[in-house]
Amino acid sequence: MTVLEFDHVTKVYSVRGAGQMKALDDVSFTLESGRTIGLVGQSGSGKSTIAKILTQLETPTSGQVRLDGQPIPRRGAGLRAYRQTLRMVFQDPFASLNPYHSIRYHLERPLRLDAVVPKAELEDEVRRLLHRVRLEPDAVIDRRPHELSGGQRQRVAIARALASRPSLLVADEPVSMLDVSLRLGVLNLLADLGRDEGLGVLYITHDLATARHFSDEILVLNQGQVVERGTADDVILRPQHPYTRELRAASPDPEKHFASLSGSQGGTR
Amino acid sequence: MRDALLSVHDFSVTYDVDPPVEAVKNVTLELRRGEILGLAGESGCGKTTLAYGVQRLLKAPALITSGSVVFHDASGEDVEVDRLDAEQMRRFRWDKVSMVFQGAMNALNPVAPIGAQLEDVFVVHRPSMSRAERREAVAELLEIVKVGRQRARSFPHELSGGMRQRVMIAMALALRPQLMVMDEPTTALDVLVQREILRQISQLRHEFGFTVVFITHDLPLLLEISDRIAIMREGEIVELDTAERIWSNPQDGYTKTLLSSFPRLTGERGVVVR
Repeated sequence: MTVLEFDHVTKVYSVRGAGQMKALDDVSFTLESGRTIGLVGQSGSGKSTIAKILTQLETPTSGQVRLDGQPIPRRGAGLRAYRQTLRMVFQDPFASLNPYHSIRYHLERPLRLDAVVPKAELEDEVRRLLHRVRLEPDAVIDRRPHELSGGQRQRVAIARALASRPSLLVADEPVSMLDVSLRLGVLNLLADLGRDEGLGVLYITHDLATARHFSDEILVLNQGQVVERGTADDVILRPQHPYTRELRAASPDPEKHFASLSGSQGGTR
Repeated sequence: MRDALLSVHDFSVTYDVDPPVEAVKNVTLELRRGEILGLAGESGCGKTTLAYGVQRLLKAPALITSGSVVFHDASGEDVEVDRLDAEQMRRFRWDKVSMVFQGAMNALNPVAPIGAQLEDVFVVHRPSMSRAERREAVAELLEIVKVGRQRARSFPHELSGGMRQRVMIAMALALRPQLMVMDEPTTALDVLVQREILRQISQLRHEFGFTVVFITHDLPLLLEISDRIAIMREGEIVELDTAERIWSNPQDGYTKTLLSSFPRLTGERGVVVR
């Protein structure tokens, strides 16, 4: 089932004194439930504009975005319902949780606002959410964000995103601020949730290696245009577009580095 | 075997808070002239504290509790860094050892043109230079790092992140130091800009022959650019070896964990440990 559809979306910003800037140029793609699309590109390629359009911080200049087949409502109850269907996981788990509130509060709030479960079941639902993100409820439920590690915080942020039972998760660089040994755990969690619960996941990143391992399909953006798309392995291992090749050549790749060193002395250092 | 540039012996730093934190524990390390030494580890492992500590850049509550640092100057003189008085230390810093700081992109003064900020280095360390000589030296530095001399009058906000980072490298290069310590110099940059900066560092190193200590948590990156890599954990160096051996034959369990934390760009898909 198609969760998200970008249909010839263009976004033009007017820049004072510099005319117009096309942040997105005729971008089309669809995301099926249970699948993950990796959105890669360098700074300024348009990745964040896509996230901003999805969160309604921007509206497209032309084209249409549909979630579960419906165009994004502009206001009112429709917008509220939309925001229940699409949830974000942000880059910085230190900034996206409120330091004054307990983990329980963070998870109860979306449950209450969206009336997901009756009041009497709030506690059970919070515990269930913590279980789903592989956190031990008793160990974290009454704690505040500063008492948790970065990885635990990001899991709480994911649990919060899941609370209103969305059909799409937009994860914007969800692990780039985490310690390296915690990153795979969080990415594996997102992958499992996508697969097991039929969530569509839009994984926005500049890290080609994790995009390859955690996406079914990869879209490469450059200057607002999708320059290449395909299965993750095709795009990364057999890139067709010069820009994708450039991105790949710039990404650290010790395997290739040491292979080229032993093959021909000198290498490409 | 290349000769030593810096010898660190039994170096320890404690943060004197309650309870005290031993951030660096009895580190012994010899830096060889001309090499790139990668210093890898996760947040809180002590890598930045170690790099700052050997230049005595730490403030209270940090306390150097043991150890000696000897800088083997190109002139043949051995400088005991821990014995320098304040004035000697001031001359030593930046002249012999310079730094590219963490978050260097934001380390520039937003209200002064970059040319003036680069000139400051010469005003302080080369007081005999005339104004015209300083201007020329700054222009030359900006050419070397490929920002271009015409940008000397630009303010930091008028430059891209990559260009600001180049300005910081120009600043670190200004006095032709023998050692450059780079603390996460490319972390905030995207891969294409990062690659350009790395190329430039490598090229400058060939040209000027300085030694580099490169601090980052990005192990795949270090494996590509370093001659040797030191892995730090909880204040200790758990493994130190050539990049090639760290890659092909890591000894320490933690090194192995770190290595397996990065999915391979081109290797077999799905080889990701849980």
